[in-house]
Amino acid sequence: MYAKTTESLLPTLPAETPQASRRTVLRGSAAGGLVLGLTLVSGRGFAADGSPGGGKAVTLASNTAPPEPNAFVRIAPDNTVTVIVKHLDMGQGNTTGLPTIVAEELDADWSQIRFEFAPADVKLYANLAFGVQGTGGSTAINNSWDQLRKAGAAARAMLVQAAVDAWKVPADEIVVSKGVLTHKSGKRATFGDLAEAAGKEPVPDDVKLKNPKDFTLIGTKIHRIDYVVKTDGSAKYALDVRRPNMLTAIMSRPPRFGGGVKSVDDKDARAVPGVVNVVVVPQGVAVLAENTYAARKGREALKIVWNDAGEARSSADMLADYRKAAQTQGAVAAKKGSAEDALTSSGKVVEVEFTFPFLAHAPMEPLNCTVEKAADGSYDFFAGSQFQTIEQMVAAKYLGTTPDKVRIHTMWAGGSFGRRATPDGDYFGEAAAIMSKTDGKRPVHLVYTREDEMTGGRYRPMFYHKIRAALDPKGGIAAWQHRLVGTSFMKGTAFAPVMVKNGVDSTAVEGVSDMPYAIPNLLVDWHDAPTPITTLWWRSVGHSHTAQAVEVMVDELAHAAGQDPVAFRLAMLKDHPRHAGVLKLAAEKANFGQKLAAGKGRGVAVHESFNTVVAMVADVTVTGAEVKVDRVVVAVDCGIPINPDVIKAQMEGGVGYGLGAALRNQITFKNGEVEQSNFDTYLPLRMSDMPVVEVYIMPSMEKPTGVGEPGVPPVAPAVSNAIFAATGKRLRSLPFDFDSLKGA
Amino acid sequence: MISLKINGASHDLDLDGDMPLLWAVRDILNMTGTKYGCGIGQCGACTVHLDGQPVRSCQTPVSAATGHDITTIEGIHGKVAEAVQAAWRDLDVVQCGYCQSGQIMSAVGLLTQTPKPTDDDINGAMDGNVCRCATYGRIRAAIHQASTKLV
Repeated sequence: MYAKTTESLLPTLPAETPQASRRTVLRGSAAGGLVLGLTLVSGRGFAADGSPGGGKAVTLASNTAPPEPNAFVRIAPDNTVTVIVKHLDMGQGNTTGLPTIVAEELDADWSQIRFEFAPADVKLYANLAFGVQGTGGSTAINNSWDQLRKAGAAARAMLVQAAVDAWKVPADEIVVSKGVLTHKSGKRATFGDLAEAAGKEPVPDDVKLKNPKDFTLIGTKIHRIDYVVKTDGSAKYALDVRRPNMLTAIMSRPPRFGGGVKSVDDKDARAVPGVVNVVVVPQGVAVLAENTYAARKGREALKIVWNDAGEARSSADMLADYRKAAQTQGAVAAKKGSAEDALTSSGKVVEVEFTFPFLAHAPMEPLNCTVEKAADGSYDFFAGSQFQTIEQMVAAKYLGTTPDKVRIHTMWAGGSFGRRATPDGDYFGEAAAIMSKTDGKRPVHLVYTREDEMTGGRYRPMFYHKIRAALDPKGGIAAWQHRLVGTSFMKGTAFAPVMVKNGVDSTAVEGVSDMPYAIPNLLVDWHDAPTPITTLWWRSVGHSHTAQAVEVMVDELAHAAGQDPVAFRLAMLKDHPRHAGVLKLAAEKANFGQKLAAGKGRGVAVHESFNTVVAMVADVTVTGAEVKVDRVVVAVDCGIPINPDVIKAQMEGGVGYGLGAALRNQITFKNGEVEQSNFDTYLPLRMSDMPVVEVYIMPSMEKPTGVGEPGVPPVAPAVSNAIFAATGKRLRSLPFDFDSLKGA
Repeated sequence: MISLKINGASHDLDLDGDMPLLWAVRDILNMTGTKYGCGIGQCGACTVHLDGQPVRSCQTPVSAATGHDITTIEGIHGKVAEAVQAAWRDLDVVQCGYCQSGQIMSAVGLLTQTPKPTDDDINGAMDGNVCRCATYGRIRAAIHQASTKLV
């Protein structure tokens, strides 16, 4: 049967790579071996504008040469400096930020910097927070910080040594600035002049890094490296890959998760002009055609009878099951004091529930992947690859080869929000499975339609939260009992040994189990809610629901205590100066506490995710059941700000992404089938919905932390709390039930 | 035979007349600056100009595009287009960038008709273009900035 899940193909991580959790490594020392050198390679098929392919066909040979020893930086005689980026840039700007780190320590001029996406090679390009090559958890900058500073500094030292050898002057008399080495004697050389000689110098073991106060690029306004190629149509995304003689494949997948094919009649499909082949693979039935139009027509002509296996519940059935599960205690995720005793002895207990729907990621570029078989039997994959090591392993299994025979060419990704990284390399596996059923003579480009993407699962799981809490008469919160029910997407994957501890999937409870508030009696527990519906991290992962539950509940308790919401929080954040700092900054910039006109409300929330702390103050105008979010003031503490404008952009985007979901997004099921299929039923945030966003960055000299996700969690609770301030009505569950405001 | 005039060049193509212009441009002519996002006219990523007017190429069969001047992101030029692209770059509007071809085509269409748009004009012209990275604030600012070069 053709199941939607492919558990037998779940990869096992290579034993020699550290299986560090995202969290522990963010906090720990991410030591990685520095492999660096300078070689004279230039023009490996990637264009000088930083765009892979640069509008021309990508040369396959480009990524086949072993990257060692020039793992991260390459200086060419033409005076360009190419930084190898091991992460996917799906919009978050790391192709600007990561080269900035190298350029800073190298003392390069920004105009000479280029970049390339790294090939798949776990030995050189592992994410030091994961142990495998991949992008996620807002780790790109943080895990690369020490690695790339050392790479830049080592390259600089080698250039200086080359000048020392040539000029016969002491190293400490050589000045390096903006890509030029000079000596007081008048000697002068560019990086390009010295590239060849520097490449012969030994790579230094130990290099001196700059004092952050001497940074000249970090912390300044630098245009995104992709700001031209993404405004003239020349940037090449995976969906733009055009290989000679390529076929386009579109798949039919079971309408129910866990379901499969009973029978296929492909006669009509094969008769569609342009259709070349129809193949059955474990994941479904694929039509291969000369172009997308023909492939779609071919799929429409397929006659498939699906079996009735798999998830058959509707959303309401699932919620009823979750509520029932919440009647008993689940696996304990955090325990402090005795919440039950404190609640029992308390006079007044506030008890509330929150529900959260399944959510689709809906990146603008639908999933797709091109695979081409080389003459020697190895394979080239082209995709917005987000989990290279996993994808190599999964593709190799389907193709009956070894991961080293799977090369991955990472392309620009048109968004992801988590969707392109799956623990089972899902769509790479599909492309590989389809290729394995052909004669391998023609490249295959598997494409998802929007409908495929939206009905294809990997959703942010549905969640149910039940909270009971009591105030301390002396101030603050005396007890907090928090029960969550929702699906684990880590259990059963290669990441489970790290991410699931003592029966608790940390991604299900993060943001609750580690909440910053000083509460003496705390109990957090969680029930898994197994379902064949495939679920996945969604921009900010567990925080996408836990921030709403915690920050709305804290607001309710502040109100019950008759206290100002900011002051109430600050009193419980004495051990968390970063939280307190951004909270005060956002409140001050937004003029929190100011008297507002009738129908207007202002709400606040603060939340840490991925070691970055963000506070938001939202302003809303409520007219009947209509809510307009007018403004969101954001304060963010992400350590040393590398590119302040990119940080601002990520906060703006985080606000928009979180707000769109909170306002109106949900994936619902009817008898096991998804009810939404495209942007006419899963309504995205649009221009007229977008509030004014003001971003303030907390000055910091700490190691930088991520910004891709942390802008999402606080927006829903800030807006929810603002709606309460305007109306006296609590909108706890997401998406907001605006109808409940009628008559408020 | 379908005859399409795109960015000033004529192409005679053996196509099903019902094929959406989007696929003719992307798959047959390999001009990939115009993007597929939804296929139902809901996201605007596929926006091109037909005789200077923004249209959704996923909803425009090639048979309806013959006899018209088709302009894609690769072919835009002139004062308005240059002002729009310059403002987009100056304000670093893009994130993933996938929707931006369509955004720019819609913005050029708006500013050609209405050189000094209000915020409501911008909402009206741009609400059909989805950006999942939510670069809307910068798009709005860039349109206003481009406008200052036109009036």
